[in-house]
Amino acid sequence: MLEVKNLSMRFGGLLAVDQVSLDVQEREIVSIIGPNGAGKTTVFNCMSGFYQPTGGQILFEGQEVQGRPDYKISRLGMVRTFQHVRLFNQMTVVENLLVAQHRHLNTNLVAGLLKTPSYREREQKSLDRAAYWLDRVGLMDLANREAGNLAYGQQRRLEIARCMVTEPKLLMLDEPAAGLNPAETKDLNQLIVSLKEDYCVSVVLIEHDMSLVMDISDRINVINQGRPLASGTPEEIRQNDDVIKAYLGEA
Amino acid sequence: MAAHNFKHALFCAFITLLISYPILGFNLEAQGINITITGADTTTILGVLLAAVVVFLFQLFRDQIMGRVGDLTSLTAGKHKEPMAENRRAKIESWVLTGIVILALFWPFFMSRGAVDLATLVLIYIMLALGLNVVVGLAGLLDLGYVAFYAVGAYTFALLSQYLGVSFWFALPIGALLAATFGLVLGFPVLRLRGDYLAIVTLGFGEIIRILLNNWTNLTGGPNGIGGIPDPTLFGMEFGRRVKEEGNTSFHETFGIAYSGEHKVIFLYLIALVLAVFTALVIRRFMRMPVGRAWEALREDEIAARSLGLSRTAVKLSAFTIGAFFAGFAGTVFASKQGFISPESFVFLESAIILAIVVLGGMGSQIGVVLAAIAVTILPELAREFSEYRMLIFGAAMVLMMVWRPQGLMPMRRIHIELKKQE
Repeated sequence: MLEVKNLSMRFGGLLAVDQVSLDVQEREIVSIIGPNGAGKTTVFNCMSGFYQPTGGQILFEGQEVQGRPDYKISRLGMVRTFQHVRLFNQMTVVENLLVAQHRHLNTNLVAGLLKTPSYREREQKSLDRAAYWLDRVGLMDLANREAGNLAYGQQRRLEIARCMVTEPKLLMLDEPAAGLNPAETKDLNQLIVSLKEDYCVSVVLIEHDMSLVMDISDRINVINQGRPLASGTPEEIRQNDDVIKAYLGEA
Repeated sequence: MAAHNFKHALFCAFITLLISYPILGFNLEAQGINITITGADTTTILGVLLAAVVVFLFQLFRDQIMGRVGDLTSLTAGKHKEPMAENRRAKIESWVLTGIVILALFWPFFMSRGAVDLATLVLIYIMLALGLNVVVGLAGLLDLGYVAFYAVGAYTFALLSQYLGVSFWFALPIGALLAATFGLVLGFPVLRLRGDYLAIVTLGFGEIIRILLNNWTNLTGGPNGIGGIPDPTLFGMEFGRRVKEEGNTSFHETFGIAYSGEHKVIFLYLIALVLAVFTALVIRRFMRMPVGRAWEALREDEIAARSLGLSRTAVKLSAFTIGAFFAGFAGTVFASKQGFISPESFVFLESAIILAIVVLGGMGSQIGVVLAAIAVTILPELAREFSEYRMLIFGAAMVLMMVWRPQGLMPMRRIHIELKKQE
């Protein structure tokens, strides 16, 4: 469903991403790993439209998406999280989830001012969806807290819930386990697997936590210094000499 | 610590002397064609010295003094009180607000003409501040040229009535819509700008409008302004002693009461009140609608908002347009109230005052903004004797607010949303 072909991204004299290719099938978890500064997040930024790639092609369900504005890509059903949690800190937890459903809502100003029945119905639907996901990630009791006041692990989960209420087809998670303790990482592990199993979402994952990556990935792509180094199943990657030299060996 | 404090205090006292002595300590006197400098009298110099000593002492014991004051405010603000149950608080709040509006409806009939006139001005500022609150408080776009939209509203009515004889009620929506269009047009070039750069460009836009009005003498009369702007009518009834327009009747004759100039003032006040309440209600609805949440999301984190499919263009433009719309409203009422407008009413200071109201009241908070609008408009009128020091008091109030309540008089409170548990 997602196909990245020979993606390149150049910043002036620096070739941050060089000929990276990647494909994701439906209901599949694909990981991108690599040492710090390898260009993983840059790949994400190109895929989500934050950067305009200088070369290559990105196909999402057969449509070219490279160079499209970020919000349009997100509306196609490719939604991402961020390496550093980016919540709307002063808004409450529910409001964070309601904002994300903006495009599902009736945004007609007059309908909203008059509270027409169809407007109310949709508003209620989005509230229900928010409630469902809050329950799902265990934040129901904190629904009316300001998002910025949540503990770090809770913020991480809220960020994933906020992506999920948009009903994406492809979820891009940028280091979702960073800063989580082992118990939280385990919860996250189960959550990601259930997103794939129960909600038919494909996941692209950037992660440094090897146990998590090896555990849940269907396939892994290794990037080193902007270039693709290897790709394959977790088992193949574990035994790849180049990978061990470049990455696992050092870790 | 103590040594550092002492040094700092000495420095502050020195700065006080350095600034105030040349300003207050010397007088320029004209003798024939020459200007000579003479020293001020001893009391002034003593005053300057005394001020320096006060600054010195305050800075020396600053920590102790601020600690004291901090204790006091925490008592008055009821910091240790249990927060009320969310739904009960909301209910009480809405009752109190309804009560205040009803009171405001009957209040002018018992007050002097001057007071009602002032209250109308307050209401105009409330409308302006509520509108700017959308742009600055909710969407987080620092707009220093807001007065331009106010001017567009006012001049629309003035010009329409002068050239086409359009009445207040027709001009009201036209003025607001035209101001909104200007907001939309201004919004486009500044979409990519943020923070300081946005402030500079909007500031420029405000000045462009004012200078345009000042120089387009054929149309706007330039600095002479436009006079003879008609008063609003009530279903075709005029409030003047004599009917100006063919076919209209006059208010006092229709109801068979004696003519009084107060009728008009009260009527304008009531129009302003209704419009201000309308503004507040509409914006309050917007805040709870997807568009309101999108404004805030964009303020909080633009990148995250875009990653969730919010279009920056649409969100920013809607904030600018809606903010400008209500400024146009306020402008039309203002033009009608004054009967005469000139570019001088729309200088940068006005923008600054409206912005000050929003910041003072608490960004995004409607009640806070209304309170601040009342305070900022009425206090200078009450303190007319000190009018020379008006700006000084204004500045001092700003500094005090920064120290004690940086979040504003009544910081915005989040709406509590009840969720149904899912089975």
